[in-house]
Amino acid sequence: MPSIIKPSIPLIPLAKNDLGLTIRNYEGSMSTLCAGCGHDSITAAIIRSFFEMSLPPERIAKISGIGCSSKTPTYFVSGAHGFNSVHGRMPSIATGANAANRSSIYIGISGDGDSLSIGAGQLVHAIRRNVDMVYLIENNGVYGLTKGQFSATADVGSRAKKGKANKVTPIDPALLAISLGASFVARSFSGDKEQLVPILKAAISHRGFALIDVISPCVQFNNHNGSTKSYSYVREHELKDIETSYVGEFSEITADLTQGNLTSVTLHDGSEVVFRSLPAGYDSHSRESAIAYINGAVARNEIPTGLLFIDEQAPDMHQVLETTSEALVDLSYESLCPGGGQLEKFNQSFK
Amino acid sequence: MMEPTNTSDPNFYHRVVDCQWSCPAHTNVPEYLRLIGQGRYQDAYMENRSSNVFPGILGRTCDRPCEPACRRVRVDGNPVAICRLKRVAADLSGDLSERLPKSNPNKNGFKIACIGAGPASLTVANDLLPLGYEVTIFEATSKSGGLMRTNIPSFRLPESVLNFEIDAILNMGAEIRFDFPVTSLSALLNQKFDAVFVGSGAPKGKDLQLPGRNESTERIHIGIEWLQSVAFGHIDSVGERVLVIGVGNTAMDCCRTARRLGGEEVTVIARRPRQFFKASPWELDDAEEEGVDILVNYSPTEFIVKQGKLAGMRFDVLKWNDDATKSEKIDSVVIDCDDVILAIGQENAFEWIERDIGLQFNADGMPVVDPFTMESTLSGVFFGGDAAWGPKNIIWSVAHGHEAAISIHNRCQKVSLSQRPLAGMSLSSQKMGISEWSYNNDYNPSDRQKMVHVEMTRRFENLSLEVELGFTPEQTAVEVQRCLNCDIQTVFRADLCIECDACIDICPVKCLTIAEGLEDEIELRKSLTLPALNMDQPLYISAPLPQTGRIMIQDENICVHCGLCAERCPTAAWDMQKFTLQLGYAGDTRGQ
Ligand SMILES: Cc1cc2nc3c(=O)[nH]c(=O)nc-3n(C[C@H](O)[C@H](O)[C@H](O)COP(=O)(O)OP(=O)(O)OC[C@H]3O[C@@H](n4cnc5c(N)ncnc54)[C@H](O)[C@@H]3O)c2cc1C
Ligand SMILES: Cc1ncc(C[n+]2csc(CCOP(=O)(O)OP(=O)(O)O)c2C)c(N)n1
Ligand code: SF4
Ligand code: SF4
Ligand code: SF4
Ligand SMILES: [Mg+2]
Repeated sequence: MPSIIKPSIPLIPLAKNDLGLTIRNYEGSMSTLCAGCGHDSITAAIIRSFFEMSLPPERIAKISGIGCSSKTPTYFVSGAHGFNSVHGRMPSIATGANAANRSSIYIGISGDGDSLSIGAGQLVHAIRRNVDMVYLIENNGVYGLTKGQFSATADVGSRAKKGKANKVTPIDPALLAISLGASFVARSFSGDKEQLVPILKAAISHRGFALIDVISPCVQFNNHNGSTKSYSYVREHELKDIETSYVGEFSEITADLTQGNLTSVTLHDGSEVVFRSLPAGYDSHSRESAIAYINGAVARNEIPTGLLFIDEQAPDMHQVLETTSEALVDLSYESLCPGGGQLEKFNQSFK
Repeated sequence: MMEPTNTSDPNFYHRVVDCQWSCPAHTNVPEYLRLIGQGRYQDAYMENRSSNVFPGILGRTCDRPCEPACRRVRVDGNPVAICRLKRVAADLSGDLSERLPKSNPNKNGFKIACIGAGPASLTVANDLLPLGYEVTIFEATSKSGGLMRTNIPSFRLPESVLNFEIDAILNMGAEIRFDFPVTSLSALLNQKFDAVFVGSGAPKGKDLQLPGRNESTERIHIGIEWLQSVAFGHIDSVGERVLVIGVGNTAMDCCRTARRLGGEEVTVIARRPRQFFKASPWELDDAEEEGVDILVNYSPTEFIVKQGKLAGMRFDVLKWNDDATKSEKIDSVVIDCDDVILAIGQENAFEWIERDIGLQFNADGMPVVDPFTMESTLSGVFFGGDAAWGPKNIIWSVAHGHEAAISIHNRCQKVSLSQRPLAGMSLSSQKMGISEWSYNNDYNPSDRQKMVHVEMTRRFENLSLEVELGFTPEQTAVEVQRCLNCDIQTVFRADLCIECDACIDICPVKCLTIAEGLEDEIELRKSLTLPALNMDQPLYISAPLPQTGRIMIQDENICVHCGLCAERCPTAAWDMQKFTLQLGYAGDTRGQ
């Protein structure tokens, strides 16, 4: 942990966003993670995205489970709401929170252990329900907090720090999500903010469940030769032929986004995802196409990154359940609690 | 792509230490500030003395070019009070007798003459006496110190401080001849000195030839002569109404002295608006605090003399354009007064140097002096201080003195004057453990401490009552922590970097970037995490990083040397290392 708290320096000319806030207003307390942890970089990417999108801190809700990754909501947007849940239970807490208050912006932070071992049974249902949230898996292939045991995303043959190779087949969170009906699925790398930040912004703008699998090296337990989740391995094997940009609702479209063979998708809030390059024949609206692409890459020992799949039209949980259009806190007491008479009527309807 | 920065050149890291870089004598400021913070006042004093020779004098009077340059200005708008902290080291240094340099009993047989006993000559003596030289100082007046004694008033610089630091040099065995104005250089040259150093200053105050000037001379004074007469006790009073013409630092000393000798209505007259004043802002503040009025846009036209007595002065009132290059007269006024003090500049006086001995003068009547060796065109005659290029200040005189001493030593040792001792550097890691440094890396947000002055009711009690009280221990403790330790350098090793971004993300001032190299520096500067628009500060550019071939770029301009980058770096690619500049002085043979 750093010896000092990051100081505020008066005269540094930091830019202000539409709310008059600087990027420093989106920070949290000092990270206690190991120096060089990929998770800290993801935190920085989140801070940048929220800052650049001028999101009011009090509208943000950060929810997490247990793990090094799940500790990180403390390190961004101190002014946001937060809930640090039990191991693997973040998806349920987020689902409940979203059901009660649909007006917040939900960001769930989890790890490969939290989401795909103990929490796998929770995650799949949040995906199926298309809960309107950003769901980030900070994927390092190990249980970092408990000192580096293989997690469910460790590749076959990837070696632990002491040399032992993993023999159990991994779960690919992106494939899992696409096959379960997720409406936004992306993969990125903690060491590549130029890719991660636009994906995060698009995920925030997307209505529905947006899963981002971010490969995030654990410097302490999984950054050695023989690991397939180290900085150098990921850099050597990353497949980056899907290139996307995010164009905010009111921002101007820059010159390089008006040229060439571009396709774009308009998101729920009016912002746009522009695909600047896609592999030949790739259809980012097709689950089959995405699954085939990922499988092909994995067979070649490549790590496909970018916005892999999107269905911007899919109805989210509230639309499916036909819930009230307002957050429960905003309803009047009378409509929230219509009284004994209404309850009687309701019960009668089941007879 | 831009070339990686050559950090083996001492100038790169030296420049990062803004105060040291801008100090003519390159005093190691952050090192002595830390020593003060640790209560090691004697060590702090000696650290100062090694480069600037007069810590107690300069801690009160230095022109402090280091302060406007200080990084803290770019960080919170106010420099560290470097100068007044130097005074703390001097005031609390205790008995220094064991640590001051000693005379050398083994004389080397070389005889050096110094003309004038000001700071320039004294520095030459300071550097040469320990090497065994015999130094003779010829001084026109009856006292040592030059303008430091005759012109800087004792309420700014107590005599005891001056005496202590001058004696530290003279006690090494300099021979000093008082009341000995050198009237012929060629006569002196005949005395077989091995080298002559001219440290005679710029001793002549400028006069103002206006109507009335020659009718009454008694109450019209030339500033530096008047101050000298006060210092020597020849003048101890002045009229109630005093006009001081000119608004430089000499004018400030004149008006404040006048307030102490009976001047009730003391007015400083400036031709131009305030932003064009020559005086340092703190000197103006101190004068105004003492009730001195400053009138702007007044241009003197006439001394008004009635019945052979000075009665007042007439002025044109001017209206200036924005950059004060053009003016028009809008009025003419008379101000009554009892005395006028002219403080409109100083000049050199070299009538005692014959023009046929091979020592060239330029069109302005100034000697031609080599800026590196301080030698004139007459081999073996060196210049320094105000005598070299006109009036400057004490710290420049010291810097010149060091260089001249090196040249004199080279000359006597038959080494070419151009072979200067090499400036070297050392870098040493300050890491004491994980997230632990040997220096206090935390940022102290406190404001610059204010110097407390003697209360106004006692201010004019006597001429020599020192106005500034010095920092209290509490003020000192805070002020030393405002220093950002610029000498504790961020040292980068590209080969170790794994491009994890931890340093980029943690940096509180966003001065780090990993990016593709760009050909054009301006474009590169604009593209950084935080655009680096201060072109006076260089960028650090690393060699290509191993994993992606991108480069690490640091904008030194706003780095606060907090060490967080090094604390968060998993591979110690960043380290905080103390940079020590090794300056060469006379007798240092490195590089020869
Ligand atoms: C009023 C005033 C206030 C100042 N305040 C400050 C200040 O606060 N801080 C600062 O840094 N600087 C200040 N200065 C400037 C500073 O004092 C000088 O720049 C500095 O003293 C120059 O040093 P020097 O050794 O070159 O010469 P000087 O200090 O001028 O010494 C030259 C000496 O040579 C002697 N001399 C001259 N001609 C001969 C000769 N022919 N033979 C023998 N001896 C001779 C003179 O009597 C004198 O003692 C001030 C100057 C003035 C006028
Ligand atoms: C119910 C329960 N079981 C087990 C644990 C022990 N535990 C803490 S964190 C963790 C794994 C975290 O792994 P991951 O989510 O990948 O996070 P990382 O630390 O790698 O970021 C485990 C098993 C626990 N805290 N609670
Ligand atoms: S902050 Fe300290 S080291 Fe840096 S320029 Fe100022 S005084 Fe010098
Ligand atoms: S020391 Fe490092 S972290 Fe601190 S300001 Fe400088 S570059 Fe940034
Ligand atoms: S923290 Fe160290 S390894 Fe990481 S990017 Fe910075 S210098 Fe490189
Ligand atoms: Mg993990």
